[in-house]
Amino acid sequence: MTRDAYVLLEDGARFDGLACAADGHAVGEIVFTTSMSGYQEAMTDPSYAGQLITFTYPQIGNYGVSDGAMESGRIHARAAIMRAAVDYADAPSATEGWLSWLTDHGVPAITDLDTRALVRHIRDQGAMRGGVFPESVSEAEAGALIEAEPAMIGRDLAREVSPPAPLGLGGSESGAGAGAGRGTEASAERIRIAMIDTGVKLSILRQLSERGADVTLYPCTYGAGQLLAEDPDAVFLANGPGDPAALGYIVETVRQVVGKKPVYGICLGHQLLCRAVGLETYKLPFGHHGANHPVKDLATGKTEITSQNHGFAVLGPSGAKTIDGDEPVRWETDFGAAELSHINLYDRTVEGLTLLDVHGGTVQYHPEASPGPHDSLYLFDRFIEKIQSGR
Amino acid sequence: MPRRADINRILLIGSGPIVIGQAAEFDYSGTQAARVLMQEGYEVVLVNSNPATIMTDPDVATTTYVEPLLPGPVERIIERERPDALLATLGGQTALNLAKSLHESGVLAQYGVELIGANYDAIERGEDRDLFRETMLAAGLRVPRSAIAHTLEEARAAVAEIRLPVIIRPAFTLGGAGGGVLRDMTEFEAMIGRGLDASPISQILIDESVLGWGEFELEVMRDRTDNVVIVCSIENLDPMGVHTGDSVCVAPQQTLSDHLYQQLRDQAIQVIRAIGVETGGSNVQFAVNPATEEIIVIEMNPRVSRSSALASKATGFPIAKIAARLAVGYTLQEITNDITRATPASFEPAIDYCVVKWPRFAFEKFPGAEQGLTTHMKSVGEAMAIGRTFKQAFAKALRSRELDSDPQFPADDAELLRCAAQPGPERFDHVLEALRRGHAVEELHGLTSIDPWFLRELEAIAADPDSPFAGERTFKSVDTCAAEFAASTPYYYSAWERPRAVGRDGQPVAVHEVERGSRASVVILGSGPNRIGQGIEFDYCCVHAAQTVRESGRDAVMINCNPETVSTDYDTSDRLYFEPLTLEDVLGVCEVERPEGVVVQFGGQTPLKLAAGLRDAGIPILGTTTDAIDLAEDRARFGPLLDRLGYKAPPYASASTPEEAIARAPGVGFPLLVRPSYVLGGRAMEIVYDVDGLRDYLERVGVIGTAGANGKSPTIYLDRFLEDSVEVDVDALCDGDDVWIAGIMQHVEEAGIHSGDSACVLPPHSLGEEMLDQIRAQATGIAKALGVVGLLNVQFAVHAGEGLHVIEANPRASRTVPFVSKAIGLPVAKLACRIMLGEKLADMGLPSEVATGHVCVKEAVLPFDRFAGTDVLLGPEMRSTGEVMGIARDFPTAFAKAQAAAGARLPASGTAFLTVADRDKSAATGIAIQLHDLGFKLLATRGTAKALARMGIPAQTINKLSEGSPHVVEAIGRGEVDLVINTPVGTGARSDGYEIRAAAVAHRIPCITTMSGGIAAARAIAAAAHGEPEVVSLQELYAESAQAS
Repeated sequence: MTRDAYVLLEDGARFDGLACAADGHAVGEIVFTTSMSGYQEAMTDPSYAGQLITFTYPQIGNYGVSDGAMESGRIHARAAIMRAAVDYADAPSATEGWLSWLTDHGVPAITDLDTRALVRHIRDQGAMRGGVFPESVSEAEAGALIEAEPAMIGRDLAREVSPPAPLGLGGSESGAGAGAGRGTEASAERIRIAMIDTGVKLSILRQLSERGADVTLYPCTYGAGQLLAEDPDAVFLANGPGDPAALGYIVETVRQVVGKKPVYGICLGHQLLCRAVGLETYKLPFGHHGANHPVKDLATGKTEITSQNHGFAVLGPSGAKTIDGDEPVRWETDFGAAELSHINLYDRTVEGLTLLDVHGGTVQYHPEASPGPHDSLYLFDRFIEKIQSGR
Repeated sequence: MPRRADINRILLIGSGPIVIGQAAEFDYSGTQAARVLMQEGYEVVLVNSNPATIMTDPDVATTTYVEPLLPGPVERIIERERPDALLATLGGQTALNLAKSLHESGVLAQYGVELIGANYDAIERGEDRDLFRETMLAAGLRVPRSAIAHTLEEARAAVAEIRLPVIIRPAFTLGGAGGGVLRDMTEFEAMIGRGLDASPISQILIDESVLGWGEFELEVMRDRTDNVVIVCSIENLDPMGVHTGDSVCVAPQQTLSDHLYQQLRDQAIQVIRAIGVETGGSNVQFAVNPATEEIIVIEMNPRVSRSSALASKATGFPIAKIAARLAVGYTLQEITNDITRATPASFEPAIDYCVVKWPRFAFEKFPGAEQGLTTHMKSVGEAMAIGRTFKQAFAKALRSRELDSDPQFPADDAELLRCAAQPGPERFDHVLEALRRGHAVEELHGLTSIDPWFLRELEAIAADPDSPFAGERTFKSVDTCAAEFAASTPYYYSAWERPRAVGRDGQPVAVHEVERGSRASVVILGSGPNRIGQGIEFDYCCVHAAQTVRESGRDAVMINCNPETVSTDYDTSDRLYFEPLTLEDVLGVCEVERPEGVVVQFGGQTPLKLAAGLRDAGIPILGTTTDAIDLAEDRARFGPLLDRLGYKAPPYASASTPEEAIARAPGVGFPLLVRPSYVLGGRAMEIVYDVDGLRDYLERVGVIGTAGANGKSPTIYLDRFLEDSVEVDVDALCDGDDVWIAGIMQHVEEAGIHSGDSACVLPPHSLGEEMLDQIRAQATGIAKALGVVGLLNVQFAVHAGEGLHVIEANPRASRTVPFVSKAIGLPVAKLACRIMLGEKLADMGLPSEVATGHVCVKEAVLPFDRFAGTDVLLGPEMRSTGEVMGIARDFPTAFAKAQAAAGARLPASGTAFLTVADRDKSAATGIAIQLHDLGFKLLATRGTAKALARMGIPAQTINKLSEGSPHVVEAIGRGEVDLVINTPVGTGARSDGYEIRAAAVAHRIPCITTMSGGIAAARAIAAAAHGEPEVVSLQELYAESAQAS
């Protein structure tokens, strides 16, 4: 089943390979992830909505797919771009082969492509729109399809992955186990968290649940008044796809919640909370997608190896994109001071901050990992402790 | 945290001679560490007994000692140098054991020396089986059901409890020596006994067998503020049961899901914290049951290891370099990643290729030895290959092995499957053949437990071996970050990619990442995987070549595939291509590099075999021409050349069939030295005494079946063997006009012992000036007649009656170049490289002869303890894996130092056992007198005792094994013998001599098998009686020599 296919970028660069999953083409923003395992987690992570994932690790599909590796109820990335993909289902945990699974879900994929040449191109030119096309689609047609795809800047993709109505624990696409809670703990002792669901990963829900939190997922269009009426112990802002600058309505909701409830955010949620308190976000040249970025926790001085998946970042104090020192520098926000809590040691961008005068904090990366190292799981403990101690 | 200012002088301990389980990787790590510490402004005192190392080059450390790695000499070094700290985590198990012993004896405390890297408690927790287990259990980690035993009785109870099969591991040994898998109680006593003997503390661990489980390793680094990163994961293709050093391995791991891999990662971090390695690298090994997802911690090394060298080369993350910085106070965040030069070392490399490591075995050198692979490491080297996909890497690794002959497969399928099921040196060749013959992945998985993922990938390779190389060859960078950041370190590998990658303008997108620059480049071909006969000595020369090329203002380009080495450190050359050393692969690099020339003289036979092909492709060969090489190697051309020069050579003939060989033998005259053409390390070389012996050899070795190199028809060489002569090695330089003699070495053992296995002494200890002049003259004559430009090694035999004979001439770097360089204090390989780049000897200002006030002895280190079943006799076939050097004012002391360094520490007193062939009886008497005078009690077999009695030397008679109990093998077993002197009477397996030698090796008693070796040993024991020899640094010696000349 060798069918020629190619990747075309909006700047005209073309890379040839072989189609290896569903027929047809896929168009969107082409990004790359450097994580060496966790392909299924990546494809089902709602943050990748609207994007085609280039896997820099060449061997993809090695251990098949399994239910436990789902980060949401379905595949969100639009295509997989790979160097050497296989469809083996020998691994004891595998329920299906990787390529069969992509095909069954109608997701195109391309293999045998020089992914490193593609990645170097994106690294130098920046992430851009593009697509995976079968040979039967001409370059001219492909170019037109890419042109028709809206650019990532200004895009509201959260609305597409958010649930239509509030979902209590266990009732969302989070599926079995996520919020079902464990054992016999009295619900009175459990913390009630309202999650503004812009595409939350199941692993975040698992981590919160394991720490005694009952989470309710709310559509991202839900208003502040509705949220506050539920009187949760804290509001949590999820990860998710797209440009935070296009989500003014969520920012407005958050702005009305800050100071009234503890607010925590991860990834897109971090960007939304920052915008809500008056900070700015910007688009990174080619984003952070991988499982090996060192981030320093300025509270402890420890470096953690983190899971990352974001295309936008928060500007530092005085509008700088990067921060030179390892000091906990401060911003003046609309809600008082905010202090840098985490910094990326690769490119010195903002990775997290704490609101000092109101109750809230955020991280840009993914403490829930999946895929990636577990170094940052402590952040969930820190969030929960802060909510419990009321500060 | 900044660099520690409270320490100034650091003692760094190397790993000593190359032995199985401890090879060139520790020269790589030690050299990196020494350089980093020097750059940081510390004074580095370095000690290593191995002269063939870059780390012992005098410019690498402040003070360099080539002394035995034993507590006595190291204590004297500490006493002299008063270091503030001792860094012992970069010199393998040898350095760690030495540090442990120096701590326990109170030496470190006495001189106020702090152990940095790992402290004593951490070393103990990592190394002591009991403590390790306790520590793991306390940390909540699962370890195999296990018991410790110190006696057979304890072991029996433990095995009953744990149930067969069990794994036996002796405590504190290298590469699992003395360990193995016990499947059957009939082997119980032999295996347990061997394990207890191998452990210096007579302690073994008996483990629950996890045979067939997946085997994984993680390379972990930790800094003093408790930041931990995983540099690399490694998966063994061979499931549990085969020592990781003998397994085919892939990096990163392939078969674990993220979920399972992250659990390993979490546990590896827990392990390094629990063991308490404060700073530096450690290696943690896991067994994983793929079906149940159970994870068991197998072991951890609280130090840099062979796997960390592999991980460094596989990822571009220089573990040893960073470990050294961490040891002196830096944190990971404060150290810059060399490759990106923009990001810190506190990260985990992301790689976008696959790396396959393949062990290199040498079973053909040890006839009679069991070939099965177990937890007892037996490989002598390794090749690594980088490919864009697993298939590319695996197929490149296959050809990087440079096997002497292609694997042979049984025609019978059942037999083939049996071979595939048994872990052995060619197991994966058998698996590939079985797949090629249509056996299913499921069937092979059932037989081998090899993960189906690997078997499916191999199935595709078996179906079409060329399939991984579809598309075009491109060169890509090893950059630690999967291209996320621009890399500035030029470390490349070839990758085959689909050609169509075009930019907006329709022009191809750059797929080559090589930034060639405009300077002229010189390509240096390395020596590939270490094997017996081609080891670290050649890598040493290649590194010197790279240094010289750089000093000359050209770009040095290295091609090699051995991950253990300094040559494959990306700091060594301007550009490193990690590639197999085949003609096609080398030409691929030349196409991109367009080099001014290629250096083929320094990497042993490997590059030499490529020389003609390169020349034919129009690539300039630097130095000695391929024709001159051929002139020296082709007996039909070299013989007449010697005749013309009027030099004597032993009579010889060549033959191309066994019949022809037998017909020509009488004309040459027995005894004969017989061998196939173009051999390395005396491969398949033997001495035969009559036609029957020759016939037996030809049948056994099957010379005719092996293909000759350079496409020539196979040739059998017959040389008259000059009995009772002294062999001499000469290393010389020639620029085509002038010749400079670098060193003349006299072998300690008589002719007939391969020069690589013979101890040798520089300057010669018993040759007259007249003979030396004759040797100089003939070496000079040969160099000029061959037209050598670069290095020449000539071997001579000095026969008492018939005078000087030329045995052979090799116009390339010899194994002795590093030894000679260390002895005379001049970098011989560098000088040769300068000549090859066009300099003249006349302009180099070399002293006519280096005046040394000291004597240097090189001694070989043999791996017999690894190969149960093989005879331990020395012969014309080389079998040593490494060498050590002893330096002193006189020969006996230098010899004693070399013996001690080689692990055969001569006893100062006790019982010496003698049994010698009739021809050696008179020489043995002389030795016996000396030993008797030194206070030794003498034991001898009947004939030898009688000969001694005739000279009035009292010797107690003891039975040979064949004479029945009580016999000498029992006495050795009881520890009643301290020194064995045994010259062979015939070499039959299971002969008396064989059993005696095997018993000596098993009990680590020095066993001397030549009379000249015995004489030297007796003199050395006498010299040692005058007190412990002084230690002396190379820098002091060279300063003295400079004053003297």
